[in-house]
Amino acid sequence: MKQGGTREAAAGAESAVTLDEHIVEIVSDSGEGAQKCGQSFASIAARMGNGIWTVEIIPAEIQPPARSIEGASGNRIRLGSQAVTNGGDAADLVVVFNEHVLLGRLRDGELKPGCIILLESKWRTDRDPEVSGLYATIYNELIAGGYRVYEIPMETECLRHVADARRGKNMFVLGLLCRTYSLDRELALEQVATTFAKKGESVIAPNQRLLEAGWEWAEENLDIRFKVPAEPAEEPRLVVNGNTALGLGVMASGMEVCAMYPIPPATSASHFLSEVFGSVGGVVHQAEDEIAACAFAIGASYAGKCAVTITSGPGYSLKQEGIGLAVMAEIPLVVVNVQRGGPATGQPTKAEQGDLLSACFGSHGDAPKVVMAATDIEDCFYSVITARKIAEAFNTVVVLLSDASLGTAQQPFPRPRFQEEWLAPPVDQSPIPKGVTPYDWDPDTGLARRFIPGQPNGMHTLTGLAHDRKSHIAYDPEINEEGIRRRSLKLAALQKTLKTPSVFGDEKGEILVVGWGSTKGAIEEAVQRVRADGHSVSSLHLRFLQPMASGIKEVMQNFDHVMTVENNWCDDLEDQLIDEENRRYSSLAWMLRARCLVDIDCWGEARGRPIKPGCIEEVIRQRLH
Amino acid sequence: MAMSVSAPRCLQWSDREDYQLEDYEAEVPRWCTGCGDLAILAAVQRLCRDEQLPLEKLVFVSGIGCSSRFPHYMKTYGFHGLHGRALPVAEGIKLKRPDLHVFVNTGDGDCCSIGAAHWLHAIRYNMDMTVLLHDNEIYGLTKKQASPTSPRGLKSNTTPRGTHLEALNPLSTTLGVANVSFVAQAVDWVPTVLYEIISQAFHHKGLSFIRVVQRCPEFLPTHFDPWMHDPDRLLMLTHEDGIQASPELSRTYKQQEVHDPGEMNRAREIASLKDQIPVGILYRNDEAPCYEDVVGSGPPITGPEKIQASVEAELDKFTVWPPSEGREGRG
Ligand SMILES: Cc1ncc(C[n+]2csc(CCOP(=O)(O)OP(=O)(O)O)c2C)c(N)n1
Ligand code: SF4
Ligand SMILES: [Mg+2]
Repeated sequence: MKQGGTREAAAGAESAVTLDEHIVEIVSDSGEGAQKCGQSFASIAARMGNGIWTVEIIPAEIQPPARSIEGASGNRIRLGSQAVTNGGDAADLVVVFNEHVLLGRLRDGELKPGCIILLESKWRTDRDPEVSGLYATIYNELIAGGYRVYEIPMETECLRHVADARRGKNMFVLGLLCRTYSLDRELALEQVATTFAKKGESVIAPNQRLLEAGWEWAEENLDIRFKVPAEPAEEPRLVVNGNTALGLGVMASGMEVCAMYPIPPATSASHFLSEVFGSVGGVVHQAEDEIAACAFAIGASYAGKCAVTITSGPGYSLKQEGIGLAVMAEIPLVVVNVQRGGPATGQPTKAEQGDLLSACFGSHGDAPKVVMAATDIEDCFYSVITARKIAEAFNTVVVLLSDASLGTAQQPFPRPRFQEEWLAPPVDQSPIPKGVTPYDWDPDTGLARRFIPGQPNGMHTLTGLAHDRKSHIAYDPEINEEGIRRRSLKLAALQKTLKTPSVFGDEKGEILVVGWGSTKGAIEEAVQRVRADGHSVSSLHLRFLQPMASGIKEVMQNFDHVMTVENNWCDDLEDQLIDEENRRYSSLAWMLRARCLVDIDCWGEARGRPIKPGCIEEVIRQRLH
Repeated sequence: MAMSVSAPRCLQWSDREDYQLEDYEAEVPRWCTGCGDLAILAAVQRLCRDEQLPLEKLVFVSGIGCSSRFPHYMKTYGFHGLHGRALPVAEGIKLKRPDLHVFVNTGDGDCCSIGAAHWLHAIRYNMDMTVLLHDNEIYGLTKKQASPTSPRGLKSNTTPRGTHLEALNPLSTTLGVANVSFVAQAVDWVPTVLYEIISQAFHHKGLSFIRVVQRCPEFLPTHFDPWMHDPDRLLMLTHEDGIQASPELSRTYKQQEVHDPGEMNRAREIASLKDQIPVGILYRNDEAPCYEDVVGSGPPITGPEKIQASVEAELDKFTVWPPSEGREGRG
């Protein structure tokens, strides 16, 4: 690192306002590179040791009109001194490439009142009087509304360094932001080199020039400067989104087949795998539909090659029959559902936790299967490895739930180091000893040895019909119940190995908030905030939804009021028609009420976005005495 | 296998070459007397015996239907799964197990109705397996409902006044799919030709699709009588690259055409014949690529060290290193 760079940054930092955290957004029309700018900014901050959570701002359509409210595309970066576990509430500073995309963010309540707005100013002098007129009007309204607006001649400045400013603006902004947040200039330059490494020096150099131009422009013209101090990172960390983490987990688990059909928000996991899976001998099979994808994965797994099928909402519904078959025939299978808004086509790219009940109870008949939910980005990686282990140890289906908010969010976590134990041991292919049958259920655990085609003396016909230990079709009432009992027992056997999740906060108190999956960070932050005011509120977060660890009821009994907070619908008792008898609860609340016989309340929203800690905080405060 | 051999069975598997028909026979089939599925089973068992296929290397995959009971009657591996989904299951099995001989048994409802999407795509994937369409032109298991291959006007429990539409033609449909590599037709009542076709299908590399016209005496007892009773309504397709009709056969089945299975256009014409049932190999292309060879190309990568190296390399791509660390390993 050049000494000059460090000294300069350090000198500048003296005048910077020190903050615990800040939420920054970079928003543009799609195709203007705001995403890349945001990701680079996050990576630089992550290297400096900052806690980071990034959220993609995705337009609802593929080709939204330019300069439109719906067209907002970009990134939110929540930058903290400590670890950051969610996207936070409203943004403190936003860089926008035109005033329309800004209106979109304002409409959605994503910006703090009076926040800082760095606005591309070229529209003020646009030749089209309508454009320049609109710009001026909106600008005036923002000023009148108390926003701190800085007009920045982004394009004009970029044109001094490159011919095509539309493509370079994002690096200019990156430089400007790095300087504004007192990030390390050398690290920023290195990041640009990394980002464009594949494209070579001829692309790296102009982009670095733009970065420096942004930095220098901010230095000369901006009177705002922040520092979110952090302990310098000492460990290498991984910066990926939840879907990439899933894909890495699939690779690292030693699975060999991923069968899928494209569906957002799950698809990017398969995109990633398609790139890399071959390097570990894996195959991504894009099937003709999700039914086929599930059946294909079942076939591969039956043949001894552990398989995963990755999907989202509608695709998950289509797989249900196949999932039931795998449960019935005891074929190991990992099914990942990156949940989106539902039902039907719902909200394809938006976040919701709507599939818990269909994951647990979805197939017809009694089809006990394991259901887990990843709680953060790191967990997306490790959960796949665990899911495969469980699927193969118990010869059953493991459904792993993620959702759109984890799928596209990034959060650094310690870089995993490959462990051989992540891989399942090779399947025993030795000849089957005489007398051993394909469903030699252990009376206590329901477990039986897995038979693989090709294995001598193991010949039998697997069937989805009710069957006896020899896999013979059997409609005998005793045999039917025996099969159901054994399959059910496997969940109990797994349940005995699960640890009671630990309580966040005190073990006793007024309110216990229970959550599952992606809401962990937001719930714990909200709980932390009310605890800081002296309230006795705690939370409990579940990773295993089926089976559920023991001891959860005991935890709940130590609180006056227990409620779930979930990113899904529940009826509101305030509504005229709704009462205790007809209220539809949030998914986990249904399950906990049934399992624990505790009067559990719930709060949820299905707004297509991650729940904000501020919302949860408010909900908790309303319920405090 | 000579059952008198007294060595334990588990010690005999390795290099025995004396499989007898009984070795492939599991339970007594529960099909109706005279059901065409029995003839298909007999032909397949004969093939396995003649080819001396090790029991453990055979997998019969089926859907749901009378015909899909087939795997239960083979003493091999079998997968009796979901209605319509036999093909994708079979594809998953075959993908990474070239050592297994995969057969698919599917009914006309199973294949041409609920599983129709998989059928078209399976033809296009062209994975190395033998697919037997047991086409009785009716739903047997669920007791006589119309199937997509039921001829127009056929009365069934769901079409008491006769079906409304022309039947779907499984041969023409299959011949219309890109990358199709083997299409044949047989009738259950001419067992020698049925056997010969299944045998050629088995030896073909790629997906071989055989429509077997199969009688269902339970629900359509006289349905195929016009063809059975009038041998001239069968058109024997013969060719040096296809079936050669024996002199005995030629005495009965006089209607013959020398058809080169490489001729797609003629194959399509033959497939759409209305009055005659063509029997033989309509189309064969040995050059069509197999999906498993294309996607799984390259040597399989196994062993923890190789997986470790690849996983670490991928992790590196997303790693941010502390500023104090050097650049190496970044990329
Ligand atoms: C999803 C689903 N829908 C319907 C059924 C009921 N069902 C079982 S077999 C069958 C049709 C069987 O006809 P075909 O495939 O022609 O086989 P066949 O019995 O004639 O051999 C139907 C409708 C089912 N098992 N699963
Ligand atoms: S109902 Fe028809 S198809 Fe089914 S077993 Fe009987 S004869 Fe065969
Ligand atoms: Mg049928």
